[in-house]
Amino acid sequence: MIERIIIETLVIGGVYALLAIGFSLIFGNARVINLAHTGFFMLAAYGLWYFMRQLGIGVAWAILITVPAVTLLGILAYRYLINSIREHHAAVLLMTIALAMVFQQLMLALFTNNYWAIDALIPGFTEILGVRVLNQQLLTLGIVVVVIVIVWLILAKTKLGIALRATAQDAEVANLMGISVPRTLMITMGIATALAALAAVAVAPIWTIYPAMWTPPLVMIMVVVVLGGLGSIKGAIIGAFIIALVEVSVATLMPSYSYLKVVFAILAMVIVLSVRPGGLFGIMFEEERL
Amino acid sequence: MLRRLLNNLRWSVLPVPGRVIAIVFFVALFIFPLITDSTYYLYILTISNLLVIFAVSWDLLSGYSGQVNFGHALFFGVAAYSVALLNKYFGLQPWATIPIGTLVATGVGVLTCFPALRLRGPYLSLLTMAFPLMLMGLVMAFKKWTGGEFGIPGLPALAATKVGEYYICLVVMTVAVLIMWKLTDAGSKYVRTGLIFHAIREDEIAARASGINTIRYKILAFVIGGFFAGLAGALYAHILGTVGLSSLSMVMSFRAIIYVVFGGIVSIYGAVVGVYTLQTLLQFLGVGGTTFIGQNQILIMAIIVILILLFMPEGVAVWVRDKIERECPRCKLSNAAWRRECRACSAPLR
Repeated sequence: MIERIIIETLVIGGVYALLAIGFSLIFGNARVINLAHTGFFMLAAYGLWYFMRQLGIGVAWAILITVPAVTLLGILAYRYLINSIREHHAAVLLMTIALAMVFQQLMLALFTNNYWAIDALIPGFTEILGVRVLNQQLLTLGIVVVVIVIVWLILAKTKLGIALRATAQDAEVANLMGISVPRTLMITMGIATALAALAAVAVAPIWTIYPAMWTPPLVMIMVVVVLGGLGSIKGAIIGAFIIALVEVSVATLMPSYSYLKVVFAILAMVIVLSVRPGGLFGIMFEEERL
Repeated sequence: MLRRLLNNLRWSVLPVPGRVIAIVFFVALFIFPLITDSTYYLYILTISNLLVIFAVSWDLLSGYSGQVNFGHALFFGVAAYSVALLNKYFGLQPWATIPIGTLVATGVGVLTCFPALRLRGPYLSLLTMAFPLMLMGLVMAFKKWTGGEFGIPGLPALAATKVGEYYICLVVMTVAVLIMWKLTDAGSKYVRTGLIFHAIREDEIAARASGINTIRYKILAFVIGGFFAGLAGALYAHILGTVGLSSLSMVMSFRAIIYVVFGGIVSIYGAVVGVYTLQTLLQFLGVGGTTFIGQNQILIMAIIVILILLFMPEGVAVWVRDKIERECPRCKLSNAAWRRECRACSAPLR
């Protein structure tokens, strides 16, 4: 039982972490809450399914086409739709949710309201600690770890990463230091969307693909990011595993009440927020303090 | 009394085109059943009137007092579900369920304050967005009592005829909108809430420094918002005859926001215009999902929202008002845009 919970937590937590890091990055840098984030995730999952199952292209090519295409779409959406209203956070929330709804309706119109699935990239299972783990789940975990390490390396070691973090801390001063803030923000949006697309690559074979598939993970990563602290990468990763643990334990220990997992996840968030209004590792800015 | 009313009508309503349009619109709504008795159109307008209450209550809470609530469906859904449960298990009739449902929603409004008052900005929006989803989880988990995804059908109708229901909802809507309009009127001599809500939205610290107990007024905003959204939800349950998960869904919360932003945020009439153009017009054109517009309603609504945010961020109603009215630079009275001088102080308008 406990082994099962641990392994499931690692897999689901990893996926949430991938999604939440992207969500958190774009919030930290541009102060944009991108509710279309999982919309891009859904688009990438549909793209993979379309190229692999409908057109019969190989896995590698499908990934190579889908991820850059979705990333480009994210950058274009940011440039032409979000950038001009970035200052008003209610407008941004509305714009991004409208964008996600447009994506959902387009997928509904193109591929109907059916449930689709992709075959596992590596079939079969392995026994770890007496628990049967699908090889696909191990692959998912591997992708998640590699991507998180790469993102961390980019943020910590490269010049671009320093520019990103400087913009997140203070956009005006970063601008004075010769960093092109608009360009940095566009790159951030690109990285965030690419992370969402990679998360789709990691989980598309495990989850079913349908037009409304963006809402359940959106709720969860919202909870994760608010719990960990908006804009904090460390908070996003830790929050993702906490929420995944809550979700998996509820689903495993009370299978008949599995709908309660959202309730418990949100309860965890409310408790953390009432103790620390900025989340676990939140960065509170002077003008946002109560 | 009557003379004063006529004087008001002559000197402060007729010269301002926006007010004339508002009066004509409400009169048209009241005589609408005389023109047609098609149950379909009456039904659409009844639903629209309830959505107006819902949207205006969101505008009061989020537009005026600045507590941007992304889960307004919470109040709506709580009221609808309490109405349905009261009717199903206690056999109560509409005259009892609607007040109780509204009060329950108001109580939920007070409860949301406890976490919501500690937060602001994006944290508040995301937290409030999560509440109705939490309730949806509860509804699904206790299917035995709540009916799960099938909802609770078989609620009694509000009145015997469709016309009766139409008039009940229309009168409730008019009264509710008038009350909320008065409560948010910043220039009012009798109620201070409008001015204080504006102050809290613009600068909470400054409002506090001026001796306003901002916590109390934020709770008041949540109570008023919860009360009216609950009223709309309770009536909606009886009009539809059934309560489902859709009354709690994220789409329901966003409908209020979409209508208000479309019409113009921080203006009561903006919400009314938003509902009547987006909801009513799309429904009339959609004819129950048989035409192209009917089948792609959500898509069209989403695209309209994106275009409005990009090109008319103030909202349609405010944009139109600025085209047909002009404020006098000296005495701040509104004038028709085609006048050369102010109607009261004859200052030149250009």
